[in-house]
Amino acid sequence: MPKPVAVTGNEAVANALRQVNPDVCAAYPITPQTDMMQRFASFVSNGQVDTEIILVESEHSAMSACIGAAAAGGRVITATSSQGLALMWEMLFIAAGDSLPIIMPVVNRALSAPLNIHGDHSDAMGARDSGWIQLWSENAQEAYDNTIQAFRIGEHPEIRLPVMINMDGFIISHSIETMEYLEDEVVKSFVGEYQDAYPLLDLKKPKSYGPLILPDLYHEYKRLQHEIMGRVKNVVLNVAEEFEKISGRKYGLFETYRLEDAEVALVILGSAAGTAKDVVDAVRDKGIKAGLLKPRLFRPFPYEEVAQALEHLKAVCVMDRADSFGGYGPVFLEVSSALYQNGKGPALINKIYGLGGRDFLPEHAEAVFNELNEIASGGSIKTIKEYIGVRQ
Amino acid sequence: MKKWNELVPGAIILDAGNAVQFKTGSWRAFRPQWTEENCIHCLFCWIYCPDMAVKTEDGKMTGFDYDYCKGCGICARECPGKKGKKAIVMVEEGK
Repeated sequence: MPKPVAVTGNEAVANALRQVNPDVCAAYPITPQTDMMQRFASFVSNGQVDTEIILVESEHSAMSACIGAAAAGGRVITATSSQGLALMWEMLFIAAGDSLPIIMPVVNRALSAPLNIHGDHSDAMGARDSGWIQLWSENAQEAYDNTIQAFRIGEHPEIRLPVMINMDGFIISHSIETMEYLEDEVVKSFVGEYQDAYPLLDLKKPKSYGPLILPDLYHEYKRLQHEIMGRVKNVVLNVAEEFEKISGRKYGLFETYRLEDAEVALVILGSAAGTAKDVVDAVRDKGIKAGLLKPRLFRPFPYEEVAQALEHLKAVCVMDRADSFGGYGPVFLEVSSALYQNGKGPALINKIYGLGGRDFLPEHAEAVFNELNEIASGGSIKTIKEYIGVRQ
Repeated sequence: MKKWNELVPGAIILDAGNAVQFKTGSWRAFRPQWTEENCIHCLFCWIYCPDMAVKTEDGKMTGFDYDYCKGCGICARECPGKKGKKAIVMVEEGK
């Protein structure tokens, strides 16, 4: 039986990577990810894994080395945060476009300027359209579990796409929480041996990666990429089902909390969902029929399923820990699209919270539930998108 | 032309050596011109050519494959020639 341990999210994910024992890791340090790759590098130095670690001069080089190693046929990992992810930009699209299942924990952090090292979702939300699968985690346990499942999802023969495992900087990466590790052998057999379908190092079958594709075929290749993303939802659910058998922990496309009989709800990603669940309980005691939906799979976004889960509600607030300046928050855009296509759904508002590591407090969530309750009782929407927890 | 659902994901090219099907010589603005009497058959042109546009036979230079030569001029640059006279010089296409 697995024993509960008290560890940080970085330590938990580093141990997931140790248990998987990938072939190659190319990484560059950046707060708050540094401590994860430092721990992994010590596993390499201590001979606890057989991984070839490549020290590089930047994140652009880290992702480039990962792309080369993955095309060669290896099981490849890296990890980053914030500016590091931003510097990887052009290579992210190449990893996805070349169909290379690179696994990358992203310890979410605000983007400069102004310079800030603390947690928000601006980095990964900006990488939304890069063609990577995105899983989001609420705590160290989920970050660990998502990392292990990511290998099975990304490497699935019908998918073969890179996966980002998102976890909030500092709040998850550096806070010590109670969680459970699976046994090494259990993880090893769950992820299995990696067999690349088209390894460059198979010299008997020479092949080329990264060709020039002109207007006569580029459109068709993108159509194919769209098709493959469409297969991800089922694979995520199947992998989750298998993962439940080894862990007892249930995962889906998203998690719902007291949503079935709710009238108002929050849609909220990451660590703040934990705080918000407590507030759901608290406001329920005060007579507000509150619930919560926490997306786990953000790319591809499960539009139909999210719409079905929310359609019976009267008012919903989508909480974004990132802003799209001149637009609504990124999660709001998705939920709003999902509900419009669904034809019916709740009144919808958008709150921007917690940027640059600003604490998300229970009173913030409570104020939002009170506002939703007013809207649900026939009040009008005053502002669609609004910053909360801001001094004014 | 292939349909989208007939393509290999990741645009990986599985047929080795199919670059021969794409004749790229029309990109050329300058063509290398070979003067046999100045050639010492050192094959610098052959080894430096970024494509495979230098034709050889029995270890000797025999000319250029203009279907693939893009006119980069590296061969002319590297050609040592004989007694100060280059065996390869670049001349403008159409002249």
